[in-house]
Amino acid sequence: MSDAILRREPPIRPEYERVVTGTGVIGDVARPLSPWERVANVTALRRLAVLALVAAVWEGVALWQNNPLMFPTFSATVAAFWEAVARENLLSMAGLSIATLLKGYLIGIALAVVLTTLAVTTRIGDDILSTLTAMFNPLPAIALLPIAMLWFGLGGASLTFVLVHAVLWPVALNTHSGFTSVSDTLRMAGRNYGLKGMRYVVQILIPAAFPSILTGLKVGWAFAWRTLIAAELVFGVSSGKGGLGWFIFQNRNELYIDKVFAGLITVILIGLIVENVAFRWLEAQTIRKWGMVR
Amino acid sequence: MRILGRSILPETGLSTSIVSPALPRPLLDVSGVTLQYKTRQHLVTATWRVDFQVFQAERFVLLGPSGCGKSSLLKAVGGFLAPVEGSIRLNGQTVTAPGPERMMVFQEFDQLPPWKTVRQNVMFPLLASGKLGRREAEEKALDCIAKVNLAKFADAYPHMLSGGMKQRVAIARAMAMEPDILLMDEPFAALDALTRRKMQEELLQLWDDVRFTVLFVTHSIEEALIIGTRILVLSPHPGQAKAEINCHGYDHRAAGSPDFQDTATRIHTMLFADRVEDEGTLRHE
Repeated sequence: MSDAILRREPPIRPEYERVVTGTGVIGDVARPLSPWERVANVTALRRLAVLALVAAVWEGVALWQNNPLMFPTFSATVAAFWEAVARENLLSMAGLSIATLLKGYLIGIALAVVLTTLAVTTRIGDDILSTLTAMFNPLPAIALLPIAMLWFGLGGASLTFVLVHAVLWPVALNTHSGFTSVSDTLRMAGRNYGLKGMRYVVQILIPAAFPSILTGLKVGWAFAWRTLIAAELVFGVSSGKGGLGWFIFQNRNELYIDKVFAGLITVILIGLIVENVAFRWLEAQTIRKWGMVR
Repeated sequence: MRILGRSILPETGLSTSIVSPALPRPLLDVSGVTLQYKTRQHLVTATWRVDFQVFQAERFVLLGPSGCGKSSLLKAVGGFLAPVEGSIRLNGQTVTAPGPERMMVFQEFDQLPPWKTVRQNVMFPLLASGKLGRREAEEKALDCIAKVNLAKFADAYPHMLSGGMKQRVAIARAMAMEPDILLMDEPFAALDALTRRKMQEELLQLWDDVRFTVLFVTHSIEEALIIGTRILVLSPHPGQAKAEINCHGYDHRAAGSPDFQDTATRIHTMLFADRVEDEGTLRHE
């Protein structure tokens, strides 16, 4: 480096103090967004637009294919859906499916709670949970259906068994990982209050791990829903009555393909509603309000 | 020891003249405490045979460089870490587990449960420990929240607050419990300098109102002198008590005074004496 650079001195300039101007002169400090910007910010609207696009593409492709037996148009499917709802028993079929699902879901969650509580309170419980989840989580619930049918016969009990299997492991796994990632500071704060045992789990660990627990509940729900429909395709909820899967299977056998699509749409709709209404509401009431997720 | 012997210098005449003739029973008695913890590979000795006593209404500061075990000592007093040697007694009772009579304020902002509003956060320990019923707890909480100037934010969730405000909530939460001793683990270390100074002033103001007893951990000499009435200087690896120094008279206004600067320099020399020796040995190699 040259001498001139090494001998550089910062210039000394005059000081000043000012009275800060009011915002009136500056203008926009906070400006309301334009109506278009506000509409574009509504997530539901944007997603509805995506749905509308999918429906349009479907209609176009089906018209171009022109084979209503194999691939009915969107409008034909909607018509078949209304007919199935009005004249046939699509809704009660769906209700039957959901009731079975909820039963398995709740039992699965209860078992997951027991397992995870055991896992966070004792070391052997931790080992049990880790080993069992490692074994059973990768095993698709539907693969257990033949065994379940052998053990519990054709009917509700077999379905509940595979549903519990579908729900238990993801919920337990996520809850447990949620518990282990609760920060030390928060744990110490809880113990500082004198909280111990179940009260500590309920008042500190569960709410602190709620983001993970909610993820577990969502994954468990998705697994259970898929498993249920797949299982119902094999046999009805209970012999003769059937659920959504059975509705789809029967209509395929009778080549009412538009009704098959209506059944599939119902499956999708229920999945969408649970995911985007029920779980989203739960999320908004809890972890979003608490600032635990964005 | 050499440093202790030299400590009666003219400028510290203040500290020698104030020593009370007959001391009451100490509130907190830490005697011969050795703390160890295990990492995956090592057994680390955090402190070695540390003694100190804290009396009613004292603002006792544990000061030392990182690795001197000051936070471990505080956690041991909190009941989170059991000493392998020595004992910790509060009001004559040996500390064995965490408890609400020793409320902690941590450095980390995530010490506040995010699922509770400011008001609920302050009420939480009152209710969890069964100290107060719901209505009294709410009154007490609002009172303490007002004391830390957060009355407007009683119904806000922690994620809506700034770092300084979160620490104030943590302080209000601890104060509401009226603990025997308040344990503060570098509570202002994660704050910006301006907020930190304000928080220090507020803490001193609160102390002036309530006269609680506080055990305060810091690595800042200036903060120790301003916050404390007495400082325990710890040496690192493992932490050992090196000196206890009185600093009753100092607040932010005193920070520039020659007396303050002298004490600060004295502590600085004490803390860095070892460091210089280390470098010396390195140079010889």
